[in-house]
Amino acid sequence: MDRELILALRGVTCRYPGAPRDSLQGVSLEVRAGEFHAVLGPNGSGKTTLVRTALGLVRPAAGGTEILERPASGWSRRDLARVVGVLPQREDNLFPQRVRETVLLGRYPHLSLLGGVRAADHAAVERALVACDAADLADRWLWTLSGGEYQRVRLARALAQEPRLLVLDEPTVSLDLRHEMELFELVRALVDGRGLAALVVTHHVNLAARFADRVLLLLEGRPAGAGAPGDVLTRETAERVFAWPVAIAPFDGRPQMIPLRQRKDPP
Amino acid sequence: MKYVLLAVAAVVTLAAAVLLGPADVPLRDVLGSPIVWQLRLPRAVLAFLVGGALGVSGVALQALVRNPLADPFLLGLSGGAGLGAVVAIAFDLPGPWALPLAAFVGAVSAMALVYRLGLMGGAELDPRILLLGGVAVGAFAAAITTAIVSLAQATELRNAFLWLWGGFSGASWTTVLVILVYAPLPLGVLAAAARPLDLLALGEEPAQYLGADVRRLKRLVYLAASLLTAAAVAVAGVIGFVGLIVPHLCRLVWGRLHRALFPTAFLAGGILLAAADTLARTVVAPRELPVGIVTALLGVPVFAFLLRRWTVS
Repeated sequence: MDRELILALRGVTCRYPGAPRDSLQGVSLEVRAGEFHAVLGPNGSGKTTLVRTALGLVRPAAGGTEILERPASGWSRRDLARVVGVLPQREDNLFPQRVRETVLLGRYPHLSLLGGVRAADHAAVERALVACDAADLADRWLWTLSGGEYQRVRLARALAQEPRLLVLDEPTVSLDLRHEMELFELVRALVDGRGLAALVVTHHVNLAARFADRVLLLLEGRPAGAGAPGDVLTRETAERVFAWPVAIAPFDGRPQMIPLRQRKDPP
Repeated sequence: MKYVLLAVAAVVTLAAAVLLGPADVPLRDVLGSPIVWQLRLPRAVLAFLVGGALGVSGVALQALVRNPLADPFLLGLSGGAGLGAVVAIAFDLPGPWALPLAAFVGAVSAMALVYRLGLMGGAELDPRILLLGGVAVGAFAAAITTAIVSLAQATELRNAFLWLWGGFSGASWTTVLVILVYAPLPLGVLAAAARPLDLLALGEEPAQYLGADVRRLKRLVYLAASLLTAAAVAVAGVIGFVGLIVPHLCRLVWGRLHRALFPTAFLAGGILLAAADTLARTVVAPRELPVGIVTALLGVPVFAFLLRRWTVS
């Protein structure tokens, strides 16, 4: 049985005004319900542009994006925010704010223009906090959180949107090993437990290979491989994409990449 | 709770504004006194409305340009209004409404110019260019204003100078009525933008992912906040610090969410300006200080205190 198609990119090509080359060229991607999809690639390979294009912030020069089989350009931002929850790479905290207030922002696309916050919204916030193991953080100020706690709170905010698709752009960039693993375990659990679709942009090849059902490898905006991690992450492909000699070793049925040293130790 | 507190403070301030003044009005005569009905009450109400408008406009513009130091006059409106007013005075335009109308036209022209500059990068209103454009347009208008003032007669010059510092000595029920008819539209637009403005504090991209139509939001908020400020400046001149400090005080006490921030900033701005105007007309009675001087004298120490708090935390 085919699971519901949540997000589809078909032959997407993008170029920012004034840029010397296409940021994306002929990229296709399908994310289905209950599927963890990783996008891998070195810095500047077009990963963030892919997210922006997928969610209608950047209009592709060619190809198209569909969310729940409707073109991305046909969604209002508000309707889209009820279906897709995003953790952008960067955001500001201009004014001090508490965790529960932050997570409540995830309910905004569900609130009517002049209506108040309903009991159902508060309940959704509490559920999201619990799901992200952040209930005990609810009354803390945002700026007192550690990097790992902050990401869990932002994930809770995205969950409070009650989306079908989660999009995470480099969610573990400044996290230590434990928090990194915790976050990936959490996203995997949400995908398995609730049938959410997840699109996770990262440059952690080994984490993606362990947790993702499918991966897309990007190199300079072009697809360099797509499919199950075991099929895509071959030595040849990985070396071409990351421009470094590697070995690939299986672990737990998944390929793991080990970067090789180029200079031998002196004898 | 906070609204009860602010409402009580507003009533107390307005009562004080009505009771205090150079002419001694006995308490039992207050309700029948023409001084109260024709002078003090409309003046206090107008100061309250203008203060409220400036407080709300300050909240909106700080959220829009995402800069805590933004002030309703930062975006060139004061320069434009000043130029309009000085032109009206220098050319001796007739009629009681010539000055406010000219100031309004000046402020709205500056607003349109800054808005156009802000759109130069493309279809998106760029807050950084808004800020820079506002400063540039303001400086340009101020230069022309100074040129006109320096060529004008001495008494005209004094009028123009005093007008720029703001005041409510010309207040009447008609002016109050004009503001009461005019202000609801921009206030309504801003009230509807309250939740999207909460999102905008995260940045433009995150705000869009949480459902805000950022492009439309920025345009509407800029236009509404500027039109509100333009009206305030037209009836009262350039009154600084209310629009800068009131938003910060309210945020500090009642949090950063705009649904609470707009009404509290309106009430607090109104209270502050009505109180400042009462001081302005009583401390050196029978003469008057421009109210902008009072708000600056009160505002700068508060601002220094706030700055210290931020740098400490």
